[in-house]
Amino acid sequence: MAVITKDELSKSVAEEPSMMTGSTPPKGWMETPVQFKPGNYAYPTKVDKLEYLDSQQGVSFPNARVWNPEDEDWKLPANWKEIIINGLADRLDRFRSLKIFMDCCVRCGACADKCHFFLGTGDPKNMPVMRAELLRSVYRKEFTLAGKLLGKMAGGREMTAGVLKEWFMYAYQCTECRRCSVFCPYGIDTAEITMMLRELLHMVGCGINWAMEPVSNSNRTGNHMGLTPQAFKGNVDFLCEDVESLTGVKVNPTFNRKGAEVLFITPSADVFAEPGLFTCMGYLLLFEAIGLDYTWSTYASEGGNFGLFTSNEMMKKLNGKMYAEAERLGVKWILGGECGHMWRVIHQYMDTMNGPADFLEVPKSPATGTVFENAASTKMVHISEFTADLIKHGKIKLDKSRNAHVKATFHDSCNPARAMGMLEEPRYILDNVLEDWHEMPADTIREKTFCCGSGTALNTDEIMELRMRSGLPRANAVKHVYDQHAINTLACVCAIDRATLSTLMSYWVPEVEVAGVSELVGNALVIEGENRQELTEGLRTLV
Amino acid sequence: MKYLFPLVAVIVLARIAWVGSTIPGMQYVFGVDVPYAALILFIGGFCWRVIYWAKSPVPFKIPTTCGQGQSMPWVKRDKLEAPMNTAEVAGRMFMEIVFFRSLWRNTKAGIQPGPVLTYKSTRWLWLFGILFHYSMLIILLRHLRLFVEPVPFLISALDAFDGLMLNPTPELSLYVTDGLILLGLLALLLRRFLLRPVRYISLANDYFPLFLLIGIVTTGISMRYFLRSGVDIIAIKRLLVGLATFKPEITTEIAPIFYSHLFLVSCLLAYFPFSKLMHMGGVFLSPTRNMANDSRMKRHINPWNPDIKPHSYAGYEDEFREDMVEQGIPVDKELPEKADD
Ligand code: SF4
Ligand code: SF4
Repeated sequence: MAVITKDELSKSVAEEPSMMTGSTPPKGWMETPVQFKPGNYAYPTKVDKLEYLDSQQGVSFPNARVWNPEDEDWKLPANWKEIIINGLADRLDRFRSLKIFMDCCVRCGACADKCHFFLGTGDPKNMPVMRAELLRSVYRKEFTLAGKLLGKMAGGREMTAGVLKEWFMYAYQCTECRRCSVFCPYGIDTAEITMMLRELLHMVGCGINWAMEPVSNSNRTGNHMGLTPQAFKGNVDFLCEDVESLTGVKVNPTFNRKGAEVLFITPSADVFAEPGLFTCMGYLLLFEAIGLDYTWSTYASEGGNFGLFTSNEMMKKLNGKMYAEAERLGVKWILGGECGHMWRVIHQYMDTMNGPADFLEVPKSPATGTVFENAASTKMVHISEFTADLIKHGKIKLDKSRNAHVKATFHDSCNPARAMGMLEEPRYILDNVLEDWHEMPADTIREKTFCCGSGTALNTDEIMELRMRSGLPRANAVKHVYDQHAINTLACVCAIDRATLSTLMSYWVPEVEVAGVSELVGNALVIEGENRQELTEGLRTLV
Repeated sequence: MKYLFPLVAVIVLARIAWVGSTIPGMQYVFGVDVPYAALILFIGGFCWRVIYWAKSPVPFKIPTTCGQGQSMPWVKRDKLEAPMNTAEVAGRMFMEIVFFRSLWRNTKAGIQPGPVLTYKSTRWLWLFGILFHYSMLIILLRHLRLFVEPVPFLISALDAFDGLMLNPTPELSLYVTDGLILLGLLALLLRRFLLRPVRYISLANDYFPLFLLIGIVTTGISMRYFLRSGVDIIAIKRLLVGLATFKPEITTEIAPIFYSHLFLVSCLLAYFPFSKLMHMGGVFLSPTRNMANDSRMKRHINPWNPDIKPHSYAGYEDEFREDMVEQGIPVDKELPEKADD
């Protein structure tokens, strides 16, 4: 599909009538049905993927069928309405967050212009409060006295096929980034609501393939790319060769090795595609530099948990591999690579879902002796925490001049920032590996950081225009530092970011490339016995 | 329509009490029966709703962190925005509830040709919210003097402070908060009319409480400053003290404006638990704000944690064993001996 040009899109965002540019739709939102057109929705899940997942223990993805969002008839199961209402009742019973978020919103609008989807599309239903109202209106009608008695007057409405379509549209125009939650006086987290919407949609077989296929791959092969063990190992081996030819350092990672001290798990994109590959080379060099006793696993070969974007149960099922493998291999603790939502799952869900990990030890850095008390229960440490600790204790030698070609800014990924509170560690690392880096404007970083616009499985080409719109706030802030400081690199600690921001930058700010923080560490590392070439572009240099 | 119906509803409610209270015998209904019924609905409904919420567990620890979390000792962490323990959580909640911390953070986004996105701090909502809520709190406390005898010193001091000390025109004995609450309410209402996005998202049940509160405030103000004839403060106090001590009596005729005021207050009380006004209770229970960000340090228990096992390693190895052996990746179970042929 031809993607709208940057000039056209720029004009459209800034000038065409939308609620961002100052026009109000003539009709109320309940009277405005959604319209599916090529390009504004992600494709439904393929039948075989859904059937495979439905056959798995503990999860349910029923009603697989071929259907098309553009069709009038979605071929819903006959009792679909009942399924949805019962599903909602069940979730209200299981999640206090849902009840509170349904009942407490005062529609003050503080969240309205905080969402990157709203900023880029100007579509009123992309205001976080509206996104929640799509569900809340049905909740009111079915579960509250006022809604039952007064109906529309109390903001309640019937569950109809039109409402379901609306849910599908707007549940997949939210990257669950939680930026809106920061500004809400009650901390209402629209991500929680979107997650519920997606779960409900799955109950009637309405999911998107870009979420479900990676989930299905992760379940079967261990990683979302569907890499078999030999492909996975082959890719890492290939990177080792690159590392050796660039730096003269021979690295020999092991796979599925029992008795290693540390199990290392990173998003599989890091071994699969640029620019993640360079980040992966950074990890390999770092571990070599400190002589870490670690192993990769081909079975638990995915850090990113696409289950988070589908259902609670699926998230648990995929996450369970990390502990299962750590136990099988008899490692002491787990080290995790750079990934946003992977860390949301590890930080906020893993221990609850799949703990206690009492077969592991509280992580202790073998190089510095630092005990990571903050991971005392999950036994899983973030690579940025680990690296920052190494630097602080002077355990690695860094030469900033080797990053002379890099003028960077730093993108806080939504999840590490808003779900973990990891803000300083990557910055500390950047301070130590770069001569020069600049922050984006204060309203767009740290807890106020803007999403890449394509997280939660929206990183798919059929919605490219939507992605370029929703990524605009992030890109615009990068453009600002680019204009002021001529930066050429956008550093981040997330694999989805590395994929989506690369696309986003090549569209909006083509002069800027995307790099993982560990790549910049790898660039700067001075390793004993190395025989490093003149690398004008660090680990990216072609030799 | 969205605002017309609530507006009319509030006017009608005020009229009902106004006219109704002039019918002989009905003063008791509006002065005693209705307020008691409203109070029962309020307390009962409030408890019911909080219990309804509390019945659902909080399966996961999902705080929104708005600052640096716990890490290594040398990384300076933000105790209030990424709290680690109960005391810090209490601190965060205090900032939210007492100072509306999250609204203080508010920004307003804009788009200029380019496109260039801009963000600037905007604290109007914070200001109007604070004006309204705090004025209401003080007014509520002030009203206590009508319910108790003798009036506690703190209440009369507050009363004097609000009415006299702060007042630029003490001879009129205007309450500062009467003006401020009206200002706050009107500004909040104006926001709903003027700000496009807010107008679009507003429902009838956003306008209704605003009109109701404005009705309460205006009837209250009118009674005190403009329609004083027939408003016998002694009789009112006798009625209210009677209500508070469960020995209600109506001694003298009181002017209808008083019953309008009281009836609107009763409506608010009765409406409260079944509406968004319950944010007053909900703000304490929001899991994104009232939980410590220590989920990697301390295990949080989900009472309904389902029994779900990952796709097993054994199943995985069965599928890929040959490849793994070929690549020299260790396996748990060796390949079966090749049958000689
Ligand atoms: S900021 Fe919170 S309370 Fe206000 S409209 Fe948004 S979700 Fe509702
Ligand atoms: S979670 Fe993020 S994407 Fe979703 S509504 Fe909130 S700001 Fe928008």
